[in-house]
Amino acid sequence: MKTPPRAHPLWLAFILHRLSGLALALFLPLHFWTLSRAITAPDSLDSFFALTELPMVKLAEFGLVFLLAVHLFGGLRLLALEFLPWSNSQKTLAAAAVGVAVLVSGSFFLNAI
Amino acid sequence: MSKPEQTLDVTVWRGTAAGGELETHKVPAHDNQTVLDVVSWIQHHSDPTLTYRFACRVGMCGSCAMMVNGIPRWTCRTHVGKVVDEGKLTIEPLRNLPVIKDLAADMDAFFDKWVAAEGLHHPTQSRQDPIEPIDATTPARKQANAGIECINCAVCYAACDTVAGNPEYLGPAALQRAWTLLNDTRDGARATILDAVSGAGGCHNCHSMGSCTQYCPNELDPMSAIAGVKRETVRHALLRRKDA
Amino acid sequence: MLDLRLYMAQRLSALIMAPLVLGHIAVMIYAIQGGLSVAEILGRTQGSAFWFAFYGLFVLAVSVHAAIGLRVIAHEWVGLRGMALSLFTWATGLGLFTLGARAVWAVTFA
Repeated sequence: MKTPPRAHPLWLAFILHRLSGLALALFLPLHFWTLSRAITAPDSLDSFFALTELPMVKLAEFGLVFLLAVHLFGGLRLLALEFLPWSNSQKTLAAAAVGVAVLVSGSFFLNAI
Repeated sequence: MSKPEQTLDVTVWRGTAAGGELETHKVPAHDNQTVLDVVSWIQHHSDPTLTYRFACRVGMCGSCAMMVNGIPRWTCRTHVGKVVDEGKLTIEPLRNLPVIKDLAADMDAFFDKWVAAEGLHHPTQSRQDPIEPIDATTPARKQANAGIECINCAVCYAACDTVAGNPEYLGPAALQRAWTLLNDTRDGARATILDAVSGAGGCHNCHSMGSCTQYCPNELDPMSAIAGVKRETVRHALLRRKDA
Repeated sequence: MLDLRLYMAQRLSALIMAPLVLGHIAVMIYAIQGGLSVAEILGRTQGSAFWFAFYGLFVLAVSVHAAIGLRVIAHEWVGLRGMALSLFTWATGLGLFTLGARAVWAVTFA
């Protein structure tokens, strides 16, 4: 696959931040609706939780935690860029944000399996 | 010199604001050749109706910027060898601006935004006053000195995806100009500038994707300038609230 | 499309959420061990003022943050503008807040 002509590390960090944010925002209603059934329909929620034992679902959960972590650490980089004294190592920091997100979501995954 | 039979496949955009299409020309390849040389060759030898804009040819005037294989560049300072992709070049008018004809983009919107960001000098003294000594070593002056190297070529503006999605957005060049003035002790309209860059199309729309800094041919850093402008608007708003 | 006010709301909600997200991830890593169950979740959260405040604040901040974030995407990528864009922002924010508040209520004091 050819990369888009203007792809560069910080642009990719921007795309990652936007897509992870979009995915999380779309996931939220489902997340909230599921939890609100803890009282109204606890049995059906428990049978939903049983699904989380499926490998595919575990992988999806890992994906969600990764998106959350990468949006958090990428966002912290942006807050630092805007509110702290300027740092010239933005590419390194963006890469570090992805690295930390992989670590965090990886430890979630290892605990999930 | 390369062998005479070597040619480049050069695709140029032809048309007007009403629409247009890509057109391919065979252009002789040389060892030392800029993208502007290629465009000029097409006009001189292949199609004299091709419209494009240039003036100085040495990277000082900022008038020859075009999209070259999808990336905005000064065509006069871009060596073909550096950007050619398997013998192919695609040359289009600058992105994010309306086209006048062929490769000449209409820069009006770009300059209007420069003014909308209050990117003009607001004098604090008149010509009768003695010349104000400026300390060139202060951090603020260094920031201003960096920014004034901008020659308004609109490469950053064409590179910016935020401008592409949000036509109201003032864009990197105008906001960097605002940052330059905010750091210039001779400028007397701080609050006016901060208000001008805080509106619906202001600095707060920037997502720090950094394409401006990535592609600025003068190696300026509009992304950090815009971060500075954002910080200043926040500081100013908080202070104003305290004073009120 | 993003003025100073919306920008501040976006950054402020982000600042509030930073520690909350870290806490949420820590809870997830802890809670996922041995599988999920309604009893386990409720055992942790039911009647707890702390978790009510924690997730209540989280829901409030995320509603603001997601509404503004989606507003930007709706404008830049979908071309929504003017009144439609404002309506979209408010509907997203209020909708998320309603759903989120119901969820927090369900696992704490309901």
